[in-house]
Parts: sequence; C-alpha cells; structure tokens
Amino acid sequence: MSDDEISLSEGERNQGIVRCDACPVLCRIRPGRAGACDRYANENGTLVRVDPLVLLAKPDLAKVAFVEGSTSWAGELGKGEGAVVTGIGATTTYPDYKPAPFIVASKPAGIDTVTVVTEGIFSYCGVKVKIDTDRYLGPEQATVRVAGEAVGHVTTAEYGSQMLSLGGVHHLTGGSKKEGVVTCDTLLALCNKQAVELAIDDGAKVVVQANRSPIVNGALEERMRVGCGSAAIGMFAPQWKDHVDEVIVVDDHITGVLSEHQGGRFLDMKPSGIRVRGRKSTPGRYFQVAGPGLGWGGTNVDDPLQIIEKIDPKTAWPGLKLLMVSTTGEHSGWFVLDRDLKPQPAEMPQPVRAVVERIAENCEPALCTVMFMAGAGGSLRAGVTENPVRLTRSVRDALTKVTLGGVPAYVWPGGGITLMVDVARMPEKSFGYVPTPALVAPIEFTLRADDYAALGGYASRAVSLEDVLRSSKVRVDR
Amino acid sequence: MTGPLAARLPGGRLHLQHGPIDLIIEAFGARGEVERAYGQAIERFGDILETLVKELPALRRPVGDQFPEFEGPVARRMADAVWPHRARYITPMAAVAGAVADEMLQAMLAGRTLDKAYVNDGGDIAFHLVPGQELKAAIFVNHLDGAVRLGHDNPVRGIATSGWGGRSFSLGIADSVTVMAHTAAEADAAATLVANAVNADHWAIERKPARALDPDSDLGDLPVTTSVGRLPAEIVSEALGRGAAEARRLRLGAALCLQGDWRLLEAA
Repeated sequence: MSDDEISLSEGERNQGIVRCDACPVLCRIRPGRAGACDRYANENGTLVRVDPLVLLAKPDLAKVAFVEGSTSWAGELGKGEGAVVTGIGATTTYPDYKPAPFIVASKPAGIDTVTVVTEGIFSYCGVKVKIDTDRYLGPEQATVRVAGEAVGHVTTAEYGSQMLSLGGVHHLTGGSKKEGVVTCDTLLALCNKQAVELAIDDGAKVVVQANRSPIVNGALEERMRVGCGSAAIGMFAPQWKDHVDEVIVVDDHITGVLSEHQGGRFLDMKPSGIRVRGRKSTPGRYFQVAGPGLGWGGTNVDDPLQIIEKIDPKTAWPGLKLLMVSTTGEHSGWFVLDRDLKPQPAEMPQPVRAVVERIAENCEPALCTVMFMAGAGGSLRAGVTENPVRLTRSVRDALTKVTLGGVPAYVWPGGGITLMVDVARMPEKSFGYVPTPALVAPIEFTLRADDYAALGGYASRAVSLEDVLRSSKVRVDR
Repeated sequence: MTGPLAARLPGGRLHLQHGPIDLIIEAFGARGEVERAYGQAIERFGDILETLVKELPALRRPVGDQFPEFEGPVARRMADAVWPHRARYITPMAAVAGAVADEMLQAMLAGRTLDKAYVNDGGDIAFHLVPGQELKAAIFVNHLDGAVRLGHDNPVRGIATSGWGGRSFSLGIADSVTVMAHTAAEADAAATLVANAVNADHWAIERKPARALDPDSDLGDLPVTTSVGRLPAEIVSEALGRGAAEARRLRLGAALCLQGDWRLLEAA
C-alpha cells in the first residue's frame, strides 16, 4: 500500500476527514462518524476506538492492560479476575445472534454468577438535579429551558439545595420534534458530566455540571451555607461572645440575631436594641428579612444595613460592636454605632474575622448532583431472559444486583424496574442516544448462575470473562 | 494495522474478525471433522479482506449493462448476486457480507463430512444441512420477534437482514427486512433492495446524501435514511406494502418490519 493511497487530499483534511489505517479497508471517516467496522471513529479529527468494553478494575487489582486481539487463541489471558465488566460499549443487538450483547459468566468468590451486560435504550428517562445553593433559582413548577425549549421544571426545594426535574417522556417524545431533540441533548450532556446552561422562567440562568459547583447568573457558587442563620448562631455564639455586642446572621430562610437568640441569652448577652425587618418566628429568628436573590445569604440584599428596621435608643449605646455575616461566610461586615447610634463601618478585629472564616470553612462545597432516573422496560428485559417478568421479580427480591456502568443503582419499590444512579460515579462517556429520541445507557444485571437459569436466562449464550477480554477491545477505568 | 483474528467462543463456536468482517461460525458433526472444518475456515479467512480490498473501487461502482468481471472469488460471488438486479441502482457491495459468508462456508465444507454448519457474517448467514437436519434462525428486532425452521428439503441456504439502522446505509426506512434465498449473497442483495423499497415520504423521516456521511460510500449522493420518527399507521402500512411488492417480484421468502408492524411473505 503506497503512501499516496493512505494520505488524504487537502480538501478532505479541511473537512476534518481522517483516514483509518486499522485494517486494509482504509476508511475515510467524517467527523462524528464511525468506519465500516463500527469499531473506529473520528472524534473531533482524531481516530479513536469506539465502544470499548469498560473494565472496572478493583482498587486492589493490578492495572489491567489494554487487550489487543491475538492471531491465535492460545494467548495468555485471564487477568480480569475480580474486575467488573460493564455494559458500556456492549452496543445494542444486531438481529439473530446475540439476545443481549454479552452475557458474561465470571466467578467472583467462587460463586457462579452471571452478569448480563447490555446497553439499554431508555425512552422513559430523565435526570433529577440537586443544586447546592440557597440562591433563588425560580419559582416551584417554573419551566426550565435550554435554547428556548422546555426540558423540565423546578421541583420541591430540599435543605440547602434547589431541585430540578429534567427530561422524561413528555419532553422527549410528547412535544415538538425540536423539544425532543434539545431535551435529549441536554440529558446526554448532563449524564456525560458536561456543563449545560439552564434558563428558568422568571428565575435565574444556572450552569449545571455533575459534581461541580453551580454557576448562578454568572457567579460561581462555591459553598453551601453552614446552616440557617439561627443554626449558625447556635454553632458559633460562644466563639463570638467576648468580642461582639451583637451578631446578625443574614439568610434567605431564617435570619438569626444573637442577643435575642437562645444561644445569646444562654451566654447572658445584653439586648442590643437592634431590630431586623421580617416576621419574627421565635426569639432571635426572623423569616423574610428581604426578598430572595443573589446577594447576602441568598437574599436580594447587597447592603446588609437595609435589613435593620430600627435601633432602639433606649437600649442601644454608642460604641456598640455589630457583626453582620451571611450563612456562607462569603459576605461579612463590622460596624460600630456612633454617637447618633448610626452603624459605621470599621475594621474587623482579628478574633472576629477568624470566626467568620470558620463559617466559610464549615460550609461544604456546593455541588450539582445529577441522578439519572429511568425505567428498564420490556424489550431490555427480553434481552436478558426469555421470561421478562421474572427478571422484574428477581430484582425486587434482590436476587439480582442492578448496576449502571458498574455503579449500583437504587431500584424503586413498586412495579417495574425504575432506577436511579449518580452519573458522577459512572465511567466517562457512559451514555449515548438514539434519534427516537432516547438515551442509551449501560446496564448490568448480576445474579447467581443457577438463579439466572431458573428465571429463563440465555445461560447457553454466556461467555467467560476471559473470552470477553480476548475478543473485545477493553478500556480500563479505575 | 491489525490482521485477522480468531477466537473460540464457549460452546465451541468460532469467531473470526478482520476489519469490518465479523463472523460467528459453528459446525456440527464428528469432533475431528468439526475441528478440521474450523481449521480450514481459519486458513481461508487469512486473505479474504485483503483480496476484496484490491478490487474495492470497482466493487463500489453501480452495475450497468456490462457484467462486471472480477478476479477475487468473493468479488465474483458479489457480481453474480447483484447482476440480476442491474435494472435498479445496485453495486456489488450490496452482497459483500453474504458473499463472504458463502465463500467461508464453502471453504470449511470442502472434503469434510458435517451434519450442519453455518457462517453468520453480522446477520447475513450461509448454512449447510444434511437430510434430517434443520436450521433454526430467529429474528430479534425489539425482542425475539419470530423464528424460522429451515430443513434440508427447503432450497434456502442463505438468510440476510437489512434495515436503515444497521451498519450499512439504506435508502428505505425498514427497521428490518429478512430475506431467504439459495445463497447468502443472493439473500444479501435482495434484502438490500427490499429494504430500499420499504419507503415513504413523511416529515418525520430524515435523509442525507450518503457521501456526506461516508466519503467512500458506494451510494454516492443518493439520500440515505438517518432518522425515522413515529409514523402514522397508514404510512407504515403503505411503506411495508411497497417492500412486500418488491419481495414478491423477487419471488423470495421475506419478513419485513417497520415500527412494530410486520409483513411475512412465502417464497413463490
């Protein structure tokens, strides 16, 4: 084969075409496409091996090398002992010769177990997104959009976190074609741990990426609040006591006032006469001192003195030392009352600053969590067993462990196999899609070989782990 | 560059792979005969792809009024299989998988006594039977959708499946078209034509010129199917009707599937 036949023309190179030299066919492959064998593809101008089987090496296992096929079947193999073969790259079936792409028989701990390795097409799927922030993202039930298309909605907020529900069959296939495509793209990107900008109707723009901090209206949200304002007072009151006359911890949910609070009273603190806005809940705890927003402690406040309603001249005194701080420690201010009892900014004493920094230190990193949620339906189960309902029952009876890309899935009680899994723990590029549109995800059912045979499994088609290693390209994930 | 690979699968099957050729082979009979047959298959497989590739540019050209002459045995099988269909747009590549299966089957049978054997080339299957034996082949579209038993008395020795979602491009929209013929190469070419005929005009069907997807495609600038959305029942029925008419014209047994709807035709 001469170089001329292998090299590409300038026009071809400009179009991003690559030449595959993995076999004599020498396919020219356009960007985003695979060659004739479906084993090699052009990824952004680079020739890559596609859908390799992913082997999840156990931590105590020596690194398993890439397995290249050998021309003889007498080659030395079997290094995969103790490893888990995942469904990633198993690829969907071609008619006739394999019900599920691979049924791997391996023998961990001497038990005959069978892992049915397959990739499922999930028409019913979506993600639940937990965004660690107290910032106001938008009203409950508000539509979440990508490129103007509805892809989901804001759902019930949780402690310190805002929740979104994205995808699902109504957005994927129930709306316009464009809505389905955009929803599918959004889910695919989020599940493959890529960043996606979501726009919430009457709310914020938020950039979400699994296991990364959210970016709300352009501002990186690095920390979760340590607790509500009242909880922060409870935690830090003794450390402030000797250095301050009053502390106000600003928070969108509950703002705390130290001298009125149980924590301050317990330390015999003198009332300061400083009264904050909002609705008093119990002593030293105030709701709604301001509107929700992107300022101090998830409120719309940029100048903390705005939340002070009045300072009682009968109780307050000149020289009173006031700390104002947000529940994440990101915002803080030190004030001293002047002769007219007006708070004047001053330099914060070191012992007080240390406690403010401790608030920040005690805030956990704010992260986005993306949970893939889907139902494993009839056809997927049919790839595993001749009698699909028995698989559902065996999953319910916990004879079968369900994993996605090797990560254990939570299976909901009740009918069907409805599961949830944290995409951040799954190997890179675990997810794909079909134009239906629907997502394709690896799914593995692991059970004892005798249980598998009992539920009507294709036990005769099981191959040993060694054979999978031998005949497939393998990617090692650790 | 990787060469041809051979591996044994559990249950005794033989797996051969080189580039885009992926074969699952199984032989039944006396143990020594089976092993010798596998040995012959491996021996024959060595230069199958390299020989094909030498004539690849000509194999990718549509067949016209002149019978295309080739040197390689697989290429000649391809030409034979597509020649009867020259009135349609067809290139010898439409029969490549089936022709490889036929060639490999012949190589492993030479001088051997086997009860039964098959060569499955990515769903295109060539098989051998002695009296009293039968081949059971199943169609798996969304689940195990159907099965066929082919006995020695039946002249069918080749089965092939085509559809838009498979590895090769299709001008049609069928999820799967399975055709039975005397050889796998004939079945392969016919399945391609029947699958092309299962077609309709509808906004939910997306097509792109073949070369826009694959610069080497033998289909040139013909529009190939890239996506098929949900179609109304009457469109599905009409499209299947066109495919069924093509299968009847070819007088071959076929099973056509589109969005859960099926047409089954017996050989005429």
